[in-house]
Amino acid sequence: MSVHPPTDRPTGNRVLLMGTCLCDAFFDDVAKATVEILEHLGVTVEFPCDQTCCSQPAFNSGDWKASRKVARHTARVFAGDLPVIVPSGSCAAMNFHGNLLQFEDAPDEEVTSLAHRTWELMDYIVHGLGVTEWKGELATPTKVAFHHSCHSRGTGTGAATAGLLRTIRNLSLVEFGQAEQCCGFGGTFSVTFPHISGRMGTLKLDHLLEHEPDLLTSADMSCLMHLGGLADVQHRAIPYRHAVQILREALPAG
Amino acid sequence: MHQKIDTYARTMREEKQHSVLMGATASTEKRYSVLHQDFEDPDALRTLAAGIKDHALANLDRYLADAEGALTANGAHVHWATDGEEAKDLILGILRDHNVTQLTKSKSMVAEEIHLNPFLIENGIECLESDLGEFIVQLDGDEPSHIVRPIIHKNRREIAETFQREHIGADYNDDPEIITRRARVHLRKKYFEAQAGITGANFVSAESGRLVLVTNEGNARFGMAPVPLHIAIVGIEKIVARDRDLAVLLNLLGRSATGQQLTVYTQFINGPRGKDQPSGPEHMHVVFLDNGRTDVLASNCKEILRCIRCSACQNVCPVYRQASGHAYRSPYGGPVGAVLSPLLFGKRFPELADLPKASSLCGACQEVCPVDIPIPDLLLRLRDRAKKEHVKSPGTPPMAPFAALATNPAVWRTSMTMSKAMNHLPIRFAPVAPLQAWIKQRTLPEWHGGDFRKWLKERNDND
Repeated sequence: MSVHPPTDRPTGNRVLLMGTCLCDAFFDDVAKATVEILEHLGVTVEFPCDQTCCSQPAFNSGDWKASRKVARHTARVFAGDLPVIVPSGSCAAMNFHGNLLQFEDAPDEEVTSLAHRTWELMDYIVHGLGVTEWKGELATPTKVAFHHSCHSRGTGTGAATAGLLRTIRNLSLVEFGQAEQCCGFGGTFSVTFPHISGRMGTLKLDHLLEHEPDLLTSADMSCLMHLGGLADVQHRAIPYRHAVQILREALPAG
Repeated sequence: MHQKIDTYARTMREEKQHSVLMGATASTEKRYSVLHQDFEDPDALRTLAAGIKDHALANLDRYLADAEGALTANGAHVHWATDGEEAKDLILGILRDHNVTQLTKSKSMVAEEIHLNPFLIENGIECLESDLGEFIVQLDGDEPSHIVRPIIHKNRREIAETFQREHIGADYNDDPEIITRRARVHLRKKYFEAQAGITGANFVSAESGRLVLVTNEGNARFGMAPVPLHIAIVGIEKIVARDRDLAVLLNLLGRSATGQQLTVYTQFINGPRGKDQPSGPEHMHVVFLDNGRTDVLASNCKEILRCIRCSACQNVCPVYRQASGHAYRSPYGGPVGAVLSPLLFGKRFPELADLPKASSLCGACQEVCPVDIPIPDLLLRLRDRAKKEHVKSPGTPPMAPFAALATNPAVWRTSMTMSKAMNHLPIRFAPVAPLQAWIKQRTLPEWHGGDFRKWLKERNDND
C-alpha cells in the first residue's frame, strides 16, 4: 500500500488504544509495551473492551459486505474525538485508507471520523508527541534489522521508527538489500498463495539476515510472525520484537 | 484448490524463474538510481505526469477529435475500431489495397492484445517482428512475458539454440553480441523485402497529431524507411493534449522502463512523407482502437488508463518475480496486467478474476509507477467486484463467520480465551485448510488469547 494518512489528526495526552486482533491472540506483550511506553510518555491510555478487529481480512479478500460490517462496529467502539493509536501499520492503514475505499460509495460518518483520528504507534510517538530521541540503552550491543512494513509506505512510520531506534545507545541498525520488497505475508495471501508467499519470505530473510543481526523488528507483528515462523522451519531462527518492545527494553531501570 | 498463479509459480522451471527474478530485480535497481540521480524529487514528477494523463482522459472525446483533425491535416488517414476484430479487418483491408504480401512490425502491446500477427499470417501476409525480443518469441512460437523485455524469461543459451535450429548464423553461439549481429543480418534483408511497416505508438499529441515511438534498436525507423506504407495501431488512451506534455512523459518513460535517461531512438512522426522529404512512407494510416477502453474509463478503475507501459510495476512486483508474466495469461503481466486484463477482456472477467488476488497489496507498484496509478486500490475494487459477481476464489476462507465473530464482542472475547486450548492440541491434524497452509512452512506463535485484556484488568483493579 502507498497510503497517506490525513494531515490534521488530533494529538494529546489521552488516547484510545486499538490493540489489534494479533496482539489479542498472540502478542499480548506488544500491547502491554504499548501501554507502558505511552504511559511513560505521560499519555493516558484507554482500551475500549468491545474492540475486535479492523476488518482487514474480509476487506482484502474482497468481501466488502462482511468487512464493512466489522468496520462499522470498530468505528462505533472508537467513537469520539480522541486519537486512536494502533501498534500496527497495517491496521492503522486499514482505518485511514482502506475504510475510506470500502465506504467510497456511501460514506459513513463514524468510519470517516475514525480515519481522521488514527495513528500508527511509532508515527504517533515521533510525529504526534514530538519524541525524536529515546534516552535509554540496551544492556549489550545489539544489531537490529528493521523491516519496513508495506502498509506503512507513504506514512511517517518508517522514518519515525528507524530514527528513534538509532538514538538508542548500544543499538545499531543493519543495512540490507531490497528493503522495498514485501515479506510475503499479505494476510490471506499467505495461505492462498502459499508457494509465492514462502519464496518471498525466504528472499526477505536472505536479505535481512545477511549481516547477521541479533534480532528483527518492525512496526507490524504480522510480517514478523510470518518471517519468524519461516526462519524457525528453515533452521535459521531469529528473535523478533515490535519496535515498541525495544523502546521498553531500553528504558532506564526504575 | 490453489490459485492459478501460485500453481504456475510452483511448477515453472527453476531456470526460467531465475531469469525473471534476476532481470526484474536489476531493472528495479537501475530505475531507482537513475531517477534519483537526475531528479531531486521524482515523486513530484510522477504526480505531474499523472495529472497530464488524467486531463487527457477526462477530455478524451475532444482530444481524439483534435488528433484526428491534426493527423488528417498532416496527410494521414485516421480509422476508428471498436474492437480487435474491427481493427484487424481494417488493417488487412489497407494492406490488401496496397497489395502488401510481406511486412515488418515493430513492438506493439496493443497488437499483442488483439493477436494481430497470427491473424495477418493466417491471411497470407508474412509479418515479421523486428524487435529482437519479439523476433525470438516469434521464432519459438512463444508468448512475450514482459511489456518491455518480452524474453526476460529466456537466457542466452536458449536463444542460441533457437538461432541454431532456425539456421540464423552458421553454428551455435551464445555470445549476446554475436546473437544480435546475426539477427541484424537476418532482419536487414527482410526490411528491404517488406512492402509495409506496422508500428504501435507510445503517445499521440492531440495538438499536432505527432505520433511518438520509442525503441532501443531503431527497428521502427528501419521498418518505415524503405516501405511506401506505414500503419500505426494505437489505443485511444495514448492521447496527450499538447506536444510539451511529451517532455514530462518521455523523461519518465525511459528511466522507469530500463533505467535509461532516454531510449536510444525517439521518433516524432508528423504524417506521411512530405513533398521535400527524401524518404519515408508515402502513405500513413492510424488506427485508433477502443477494445474495452471506454468501458474502463466509465468504471471505478479508470486510473489504469494512465499507464504508459513502462513495466516498472512488473519489475518491482515480488509476485511477478516469482511467477513470470506468463502466469497472467495475457500480454499484460504483473500488477498492470492484474488490473487491466480483467477490465479489458470484459466477457472473460470471471476467468481472469483471480489475477487481482495475486498480490500481497504491498504497494511497491504504485510507489514506482511514473503516472502514480493507485494499483493496490484498483486490485481491491476488482476483488470487491468479483465477490459481488459471485466468482469463486480457490482457497479463500469464507468471511461471513469472521464478520459475525468480529461484531459480537462478548463472543470474540470468549473465543480468544477459549482458543488457548489450541496450544495443547496437535494442530498439525486440525482440518482447517488455511492453518495447514500456514504451518507447512512456518511455525505458529504460542496462543496468548485474552492475556492482554486480563493484564489490563488486573492492573486497573489494583489502581
